[in-house]
Amino acid sequence: MDAVEMKGITKRFPGIVANDGVNLKVKQGEIHALLGENGAGKSTLMNILFGLYQPDEGKILIKGKETEITGPTVAGELGIGMVHQHFMLVDPFTVTENIILGSEPTTNGMINKRRAEKEVQAISDRYGLKVDPRAKIRDISVGMQQRVEILKTLYRGAEILIFDEPTAVLAPQEIDELIVIMENLVKEGKTIIFITHKLKEIMRICDVVTIIRQGKFIGRVEVADTDENRLASMMVGRDVSFTVDKKPAKPKDKILSIRDIRVQDSRGVDAVRGLNMEIKAGEIVGLAGVDGNGQSELIEAITGLKKVQSGEVILNGKKITNLKPKTITHSGVGHIPEDRHRRGLVLDFSIGENMVLQTFDQKPFAKGWSLQYPAIHSYAKRLIEEFDVRTPDIHTPARALSGGNQQKGIIAREVDRDPDFLIAAQPTRGLDVGAIEGIHRRLIEQRDKGKAILLMSLELEEIWQLSDHIAVIYEGKIAGWVDPASTTEEEIGLLMAGYRAGTEVTS
Amino acid sequence: MIESLTDILATTVLYMTPLLLAAMGGLFSERSGVVNIGLEGLMTIGAFTAVVTTLETHNPWLGLVTAMLAGMLFSIPHAIASITFKADQVVSGVALNFLALGVAVYLVKSLYKGSGQTPDVQDVLQAMPIPGLENIPVIGPALFRAFPTTYLALIIVFIGYVVLYRTPFGMRLRAVGEHPQAAETMGVNVYRMRYTGVLISGALAGLGGASLSIAIGSQFSESTIAGQGFIALATLIFGKWHPFGVLGASTFFGFAVALALKGQLIGLTTYVPSEALNMLPYILTILALAGFVGRAEAPAAIGKTYETGGR
Amino acid sequence: MQVLSKINKQSSFFASLISVIMGLLVGGVMMILAGYNPIQAYIALFQSAFLQPFDIGETIRSITPLILTGLAVGLAFRTGLFNIGVEGQFIIGQLAAVIVAIKLDLPPVLHAIVAVIAGALGGALWAFLPGYLKAKRGVHEVITTIMMNFIALYLSNLAVTEWLTEGADKTKNVPESASLHWSFLSQMFDGSSVHFGIFIAIVAAIFMYYLLWKTTTGYQLRAVGFNPHASEYAGMNVSRNIVLSMMISGIFAGLAGASELLGTSGYQSIQASYTGIGFDGIAVSLLGGNTPFGIVLSASLFGILTYGGSNMEFVAGVPREVIRVVFAAIIFFVAANIVRWASQRRKKKKVKESNEKAVKSGD
Repeated sequence: MDAVEMKGITKRFPGIVANDGVNLKVKQGEIHALLGENGAGKSTLMNILFGLYQPDEGKILIKGKETEITGPTVAGELGIGMVHQHFMLVDPFTVTENIILGSEPTTNGMINKRRAEKEVQAISDRYGLKVDPRAKIRDISVGMQQRVEILKTLYRGAEILIFDEPTAVLAPQEIDELIVIMENLVKEGKTIIFITHKLKEIMRICDVVTIIRQGKFIGRVEVADTDENRLASMMVGRDVSFTVDKKPAKPKDKILSIRDIRVQDSRGVDAVRGLNMEIKAGEIVGLAGVDGNGQSELIEAITGLKKVQSGEVILNGKKITNLKPKTITHSGVGHIPEDRHRRGLVLDFSIGENMVLQTFDQKPFAKGWSLQYPAIHSYAKRLIEEFDVRTPDIHTPARALSGGNQQKGIIAREVDRDPDFLIAAQPTRGLDVGAIEGIHRRLIEQRDKGKAILLMSLELEEIWQLSDHIAVIYEGKIAGWVDPASTTEEEIGLLMAGYRAGTEVTS
Repeated sequence: MIESLTDILATTVLYMTPLLLAAMGGLFSERSGVVNIGLEGLMTIGAFTAVVTTLETHNPWLGLVTAMLAGMLFSIPHAIASITFKADQVVSGVALNFLALGVAVYLVKSLYKGSGQTPDVQDVLQAMPIPGLENIPVIGPALFRAFPTTYLALIIVFIGYVVLYRTPFGMRLRAVGEHPQAAETMGVNVYRMRYTGVLISGALAGLGGASLSIAIGSQFSESTIAGQGFIALATLIFGKWHPFGVLGASTFFGFAVALALKGQLIGLTTYVPSEALNMLPYILTILALAGFVGRAEAPAAIGKTYETGGR
Repeated sequence: MQVLSKINKQSSFFASLISVIMGLLVGGVMMILAGYNPIQAYIALFQSAFLQPFDIGETIRSITPLILTGLAVGLAFRTGLFNIGVEGQFIIGQLAAVIVAIKLDLPPVLHAIVAVIAGALGGALWAFLPGYLKAKRGVHEVITTIMMNFIALYLSNLAVTEWLTEGADKTKNVPESASLHWSFLSQMFDGSSVHFGIFIAIVAAIFMYYLLWKTTTGYQLRAVGFNPHASEYAGMNVSRNIVLSMMISGIFAGLAGASELLGTSGYQSIQASYTGIGFDGIAVSLLGGNTPFGIVLSASLFGILTYGGSNMEFVAGVPREVIRVVFAAIIFFVAANIVRWASQRRKKKKVKESNEKAVKSGD
């Protein structure tokens, strides 16, 4: 019997079709992978199943019965549980407290802690979760926290468990443990939907894979009948919507070298683990990889926003490791940040003021203590015209501009300082096709002017089109370098998933 | 010397009571994630209501009840502004202090012909000796001849502990103050919990105010509360947002007041001016916050507005 | 910090006006409930604030400290900080000014200038610690500044009784040489107690405008207030700007204290509780949208209400405390931003859709 059947699911958001007639058929007792790149529409589909969104078209059958899932509570009643990627756990509470929250067992109005702990222990033992019911969340490992999330759904009687990218936060040995747990769950009759883009994990534990790409249903295959190469090409595809005209690169001197650097993420865990890289003037190096493999930390470390634990960053022969962000900027680094609203712009400043975010205290924008508005304004006007930032005037708050024009503003500011090295992190995220094209042209233009460019993107297509070399990052290291002219989808897909020429990259 | 010690202990217990009550109120609000700078105002309203009720009905117990109700009533604007309208919780608390003091003094002047203070209450709460225990040397007269509000406050600490740490309600309230999204995915209504927390803080702070005006004192004027609400806030922080911590902190702060008031009995004020003793609670609170006297850790979601479904 | 940057944006002139009108309505309802005639009372209030030159002078005198404490709160808000400790910085400003005024012997004018500067520095010093703890140890400034308020109050009382006098409850009057009293100005307003402090306040407002919008320092302060992450990205020192902002805010508060002491009271006395002028600054700043010009306007309104309110009590018999209620209601309305809330309810659907889009793009 099918535990879940989703037929022809379509979900539209303003300006975008997130799911376009997607089908998903999950049999009782199987581990079913939902495979797709970032932005393919996996989370939208699962949020529909979990009742967070309502589909515009299509129907959902749970155990053969057509149902309308109007909210997470309804989903819970239907036996659907979600193991969130970002844990929903109360830190100072114990494991048991987190699990029973909202449906506490009581005697005479008091929480019956002993009974709750016993129940939790029993479920934990049954599925081999090895969780201490009395431990506090803040004291246990990430892996155990995830098992608490699993316990939460089991405690509420979930039969169908959705795992949202569960391995993204885990260390390799924790992944092994998780896989054992998933096998136990299935043995006990549970059904698992496993959202992922890691091929080796699918090959290892899943029975069936449904692949979606750009919101569309691509295929449903038995794992036994396929291999990583075919899955990789189905996931990545090559649906070229437009091409970028570019001449062959003429690389010159070495501008940036990174030697064996280590960087920690905000939780203090190593995110970049001994990474090496070189970028020459006049070339674009694309940094490809699945989200969360150390890309953001690498960029923040180069620009001085995060501490480099060990190793060196060298720009034009000079060490810039752990210098102040300001010093690094002025020594010739431009940075189009990943999150333009958080880092790139002061949204409540005018677009004009934003044009001098790093240079406001330098001539001619300031004389001593005093800002020189005429100079700032004429400079901003020039940039806005040159880079075609569409804004009523330079006094308009940056917040009021469209995403594409905000990004053009940032690029104008970063490029016009004439840095030797330019970092472009997800430069086209969330932009429409027209804006993307313009930004791509701008990056090529900078390359041809002799800049060294590091392009980080989660869109493989973008990296492919723009880069002269592609470095694939996996678990904080460069898993391999490929030439965009000669590589295949399979090759990149495998490197992104942690394989290297058929062998696993050890970390 | 023994007598002085008893006197100081008794004074400690006396001034501990209003702090303890109001801080327990603040505990419920802040544990649910709503900062309550308005404790001062809520105490003011409680003190005022208790005096007026007792003057009219000659029943101080009724005064305690109306003080609690008035405190709850005045906490509603804070709840609406900071939970429903998502106003800054600190700003809203400041406004509450303005409102409560303004309304109370305005009504005093309106009711008592322009006088800035109420007449004296004749039927104030009387100290309630506990037979047997009151005769224990030194601590007997100090601890067991206290006002009923003191016993009430101690009972509330224990009930508060049980409610917060032993009942589903308390666990949900604390969860909402730590991680509202997590609580909501588990089916807890974040808004309802926060409203409840703020209303409880109103009731208990109102009771705390009443304990100042119809037990320790016997009338109400603009200066009846005079910062006690802010000390209650300090008590809450110094007590690390825990009922027993708050009990300890309020005892300690009460002791500081007792030393400032009665320090001359043991000759302390010849060395340390009483004003310096008055400063002690605040200096200690800053040190506690800065992590020098044990780290004070606030509920994680405190002061943050919450939008259903927001991530 | 996000919450505070919201405060910086929310108060448009229109929203402020609606809030004031609604606040006055709440006051009116209070008067009706207690059996007074609100129309009569409000007429008495506004008339008595302007009727005689003397009253105008007194109104200006009431406005003076409110401008300065409003600027103090507003400047901190601009940098994303909530300086609830203006009251304490005000007291230390008073204390520093009175010490210089009665302990030093300096020629006229210079004496006053030194005393005013001492007040400003006192306020800055008092604001330094909360700023430092916020920047370096992440301690929330609201709680530390509340605590600093009490320490200031008791420190001042201690200084008055133990160091500045022999156990008296007030210091001697400041000498003529240090006073901000200016007979020419006072004569213009029929001998009212308006003093030189109003010029200090106006200059401070202009200075705040110049600092925030015309200097590199102000550019950084505003950038940090709106978006500390972007400021860090752009190479600004976020911690340094937090401390600096608190200290400048403290300077304004200290100036308010010095000006009140040297211009209005003339001595420092022991105080059982706060003057409330520092807390009023919060209301002034919120209503004024944290801009210097807005703060001068709203300080004027609050000053008129405060001075007119006390006359209203004499003329119409309505207790002046009703004005505190009006203040409170105005803060509630501005903070809850009912005007925007009403317009947001209409937009709510739109917002929800864009949220969904954001979730989706984070797929």
